[in-house]
Amino acid sequence: MVHLDPVLLLLLFVLITGGLFILYSGADQNMAVVKAQGIRMGVALVVMVVFAQFDPAVFRRWAPWLYVAGVAGLLAVLLFGVGAKGAQRWLALPGLPRFQPSELMKLVVPMMAAWYLSRQFLPPRLRYVAGSFVIVVMPMAMIILQPDLGTSLLVGAAGLFVIFFAGMSWKLISAFFALASVSAPLMWFFVMRDYQKQRVLTLLDPQSDPLGAGWNIIQSKTAIGSGGLEGKGWLQGTQSHLEFLPESHTDFIVAVLAEEFGFVGMACLLGLYLLIILRCLYIAAMAQDSFSRLLAGALTMTFFIYIFVNVGMVSGLLPIVGVPLPLISYGGTSSVTLMAAFGVLMSIHTHRRMISA
Amino acid sequence: MPWGEFKDTVAERRLFQRRTVVMLVLVFVMLGLLVARMYQLQVVEHDVYTTLSDKNRVQVQSVSPPRGLIYDRNGELLAENRPVFSVTLVPERVGNMDETLAKLQQLLEVSEEDMERFQRRLEERRRPFQELPLRYDLTEQEIARLAVHRHELPGVEVAAELVRYYPHSELTAHALGYVGRINRQELQRIDPVNYAGTNYIGKSGVERFYEELLHGEVGYQHVETNARGRTLRVLERQNPVPGENIELHMDLRLQRLAHKLLDGRRGAIVAIEPSTGGLLALASVPGFDANLFVTGIGVDAYRELRDSLDKPLFNRALRGQYPPGSTIKPMLAVAGLDSGATTRDKTIWDPGYFQLKNSGRRWRDWKRSGHGWVDLKDSVAQSCDIYFYEMATEMGVDTMHHYLSQFGFGEDATLDVSGAMSGLLPSRDWKRAVHSQPWYPGDSVNMGIGQGFMLATPLQLATATSVLANRGNWAEPRLLKSVQGDRSVDEVLPEATHQSISLKDPDTWAFAADAMAEVMHGAKGTARRVGRNAAYRMAGKTGTAQVFSLAEDEEYDEEEVRERLRDHALFVGFAPLDNPQIAVAVIVENGGSGSGTAAPVARAMFDAWILEYSQQESLAALGQETNN
Repeated sequence: MVHLDPVLLLLLFVLITGGLFILYSGADQNMAVVKAQGIRMGVALVVMVVFAQFDPAVFRRWAPWLYVAGVAGLLAVLLFGVGAKGAQRWLALPGLPRFQPSELMKLVVPMMAAWYLSRQFLPPRLRYVAGSFVIVVMPMAMIILQPDLGTSLLVGAAGLFVIFFAGMSWKLISAFFALASVSAPLMWFFVMRDYQKQRVLTLLDPQSDPLGAGWNIIQSKTAIGSGGLEGKGWLQGTQSHLEFLPESHTDFIVAVLAEEFGFVGMACLLGLYLLIILRCLYIAAMAQDSFSRLLAGALTMTFFIYIFVNVGMVSGLLPIVGVPLPLISYGGTSSVTLMAAFGVLMSIHTHRRMISA
Repeated sequence: MPWGEFKDTVAERRLFQRRTVVMLVLVFVMLGLLVARMYQLQVVEHDVYTTLSDKNRVQVQSVSPPRGLIYDRNGELLAENRPVFSVTLVPERVGNMDETLAKLQQLLEVSEEDMERFQRRLEERRRPFQELPLRYDLTEQEIARLAVHRHELPGVEVAAELVRYYPHSELTAHALGYVGRINRQELQRIDPVNYAGTNYIGKSGVERFYEELLHGEVGYQHVETNARGRTLRVLERQNPVPGENIELHMDLRLQRLAHKLLDGRRGAIVAIEPSTGGLLALASVPGFDANLFVTGIGVDAYRELRDSLDKPLFNRALRGQYPPGSTIKPMLAVAGLDSGATTRDKTIWDPGYFQLKNSGRRWRDWKRSGHGWVDLKDSVAQSCDIYFYEMATEMGVDTMHHYLSQFGFGEDATLDVSGAMSGLLPSRDWKRAVHSQPWYPGDSVNMGIGQGFMLATPLQLATATSVLANRGNWAEPRLLKSVQGDRSVDEVLPEATHQSISLKDPDTWAFAADAMAEVMHGAKGTARRVGRNAAYRMAGKTGTAQVFSLAEDEEYDEEEVRERLRDHALFVGFAPLDNPQIAVAVIVENGGSGSGTAAPVARAMFDAWILEYSQQESLAALGQETNN
C-alpha cells in the first residue's frame, strides 16, 4: 500500500499546475524555464512520495542525528561554503550535489524540537522551553551569519511553532513578545546590517529612492494595483512583460498573478492556500502522538508563514525578505523542502494505528 | 521523561487542539489582512496604479516634421534632408558613464571636440531621459560595430535623423544660409512645444528668414516602452505637418556662372529681375561648404575659415559695404536733372581737376588730362568726375540724399534677405551726430563720385540699378518665388513699402538709360570693349572704389601696391536696354578697373541670362501653356 493523502495531493496538484501557468507568464513566456520548473516539481513530488512512506517513528528516531548533522553542515558552510552575492549558503561536498544545509534545517529544526518536547510532560516546564529555544536559536543564528535572513526566519518560525503547539504558557508567550519589542530597537542599532535597515526604511517610504531601493516595491504595487478586480488577462500584464517588475518569475511572481488575474485571481490563490492549510491542520489534529502533532502543526504554520511573508512583502506590507511564494516561485530547493514537509504530513496521516478507546 | 510517570495523552491532545484553534484564528486573521491589502490596492486604489502603470508603459514622443525643401526657379533642389546616423546616450540609463564612454571611444572615432561637447551638454539642464548625441554621421562600419556590442552598452542607441544637406554647398551657402543645432539663446526664443523633436534651426539666410515656414509642425506618438526605455510599439500617432517646400527666384545656372566668373577672386555678384525684384543670383566668392555647419563644425576647420584672408564666411553681397564710386553716377544724373541742378544740354570744360570757390583744394579727374568739353551724357559714358563734382556742389547733400534714398541707399530695402546691411547714405544730420562736424562743401564733392562717406552693398547697387531700369518703379529684392502648399507668396512675404520714384519729366529715365547705354556702346564709353558685338543693347556703369585714399598729388603705381591694396572694381548695369530682364551689380575686390575686370563679368551674366536661360524659361512656360 502506498501512503498518500489524496485530498492534500489533489490540492497540491492544482496549486503546482496553476503555478506553472503563472510562471510561463512571469518568465516572459520562456518555455525552458517552465520545463525546468516542471522537472523540479516532479522531483519534489517524488521526494514527497518517498517521505510519505516512512513511519513518523523513523523521523522521530533520526531527529537528533539529523539535527547534529545539520548543525555540522551549517558550521561547514560558515567555514568553507560557496555562494554568490556576498552570502555563503551552499556546501559543495565532493561526490554530492551542491546543497544548502539551511534549507534542510527547515525540516530538521521542528523535528528536533518536536522530538525534544514530546519527551517531556506537556505543557513543558520552563527549563524545557528554554532547552527547546536553544535548539531553535542556535541554527537560526548560524543561518543569519551566512547571511540569509529569509531562511533563518522560516527555520526559527518552524521551531517556535513547535514550542507554541507544545503548550508554552501564555505568560511566557507574552513575556517573549514583550522582550522582542524591547529588543527591537537594540536589534536596529546593534544587530541589523545597513542593507536590512534600508529595506525597512524603503518599506516605510518607497518614494525616497524610486529608481533604487524603492523601485521593486513601487513596481510590484503598481503591478498589483493596476490589475484591478479582474486583471489584465493572462500574458497581458504590462508591468511584468515590459520588464518594469523585477524578479517577476521568482520572489515577485505573485505580482504577475495579481496583475493578470486581478483581485479575483488573488482571492482564488489565497483560498487554495487556505484549503491546503486547513487540510494540514486537520491532519495535525488527528495525529496520534505528540511528536507527530507538534511536527505537523509546525510544518503547516511554516508553510503559512511563507505565504504571508511573500505576499506581504510583494504588496508592500512587509520589508523585502528573500522568501519565495511556496510552490509557485521559480527555484528548486525550497520546493523540494516544502514537498518533503508535505510528505511528512502525509506519512503522519497515513501511518495512524487503530487504537481501541 | 521521568521514570514511573505517565503522560496524560488526552490532556496533551486537548492542549494541542486548543492551540490549533488559536493558530487557525491567526491564519484567518492574517489571510484576511492580505485579502484586505489586495482589496485596497486592486479595488480602492486601482485607478492610481493604473495611471502609474500607464505612465510607466506609455511615453509621449515628439516626432519632428521634415524640413521643407528649397528649390531654385527651375526646380533644382538646393536644400534637402538626408538620413544621418548618430550615436546617442540616455544618461539615466547608462550605468557607468565613464566606462561607457571609454568603450565607445574604442568602438568609434570620437574626437576630443565631440567629447567636450557631450560633457557640456551632460552638465546642462535637460529633460529627463533625453537622448544626448555623442557623435554624428556614423559610418556603416561603426553602426555595425555598435550593433555587435549593443548588449554591453545600456543606454546607448544609434539614432537616425534627417539632416539638412546642401547639394551645391559652396554655390548656395551665402544665399541660402544654413541650419545648425539649436543653441541656448535660440532655445529661449523658440516655441518649446513645436520644437520638441527638432534639433536644427535656420541660422542664416533663407533658412533663417523662412524658419517658420520650413520647419512645419511637430507631431506626436504614444509609444509603449519597456523598463529600459526601448520602444516596443506605437500606440497612437499624430503625424507632423511637414515644412513647406519653397521655390526661390534664383537660377542655379546663373548662380554657378557667377561663381565661375569670380573663381579665384574675392567679390560678389547680385542679379535681379527688375520686373519682380527676384534675386536671380546672389553670389559671394569665395563661398564655403555650408554642410560643415549643419551638424557642428570642428574648431580647427572653423578657425581656418574664420581666419582666412579671403574671408569665405563673409557675405560680401549683403554685408560688404563698399564706396560705390562711379556706379552711383547714373542715379546722380537722374537727381541732377530732376532737381534742376543741371540740364541735358549743359556742357562744362573739364581741365582734369575741380576746385571749389574760396578753396585751394583740387579734386582731380581719374583722367589726368581731363575730358575737355562734356555734357551730362558724355560724363556718364566717359565717367567724367569733374561734371559730377560740379553738379554735386550745385545740388548739395540734402538734394543728393533726397534722391539717393529713394533708390534704396542707406537702408535695407529687401523683403526677405536675412542679414542685409543698409550701407551708409550720409546726410548733414548723420555727420553732425557721428562726427560732430558740419557738412562741408567738399563732402558733397566727394559724394558726387560715390566716394567719401557713402557706402553701399552690392545688393543695394543692384537694387538701385533695377529701380532705374524699371523707370523708378520699385520691386523690392526678394528671394522667395513661390510656396508649395496652402500659403501664397504674398501671404508669406513681408509687405512692400517702397513708393515708385516720380520725376518731373519721366523722360529723364530714358535719358539715364541711354547714358548708361553709351557706356557700353558709345565711341568713348568706358566699357565699350565689353559692349561690343552684343546681340542686344545694354546699359551699364563702371566704377572703382579706392581701398585707401591718396593725397591729392601723390603719384602711385599700381604695380607697387600690393595686390590686396588695389582698387575694387565695380560695375552696375541692366539689359536689354528697352526691356530690362536683368540688373546686375558686380564687385571684384582689388580687381583694379571696373571696365577691365567687373564689366566683362556682367556681360557674361547678361549673355547667359538673356540669350540662354530666360529664353529656355519662356519656351518652357509657353510649352506648358499650350499643353494646358
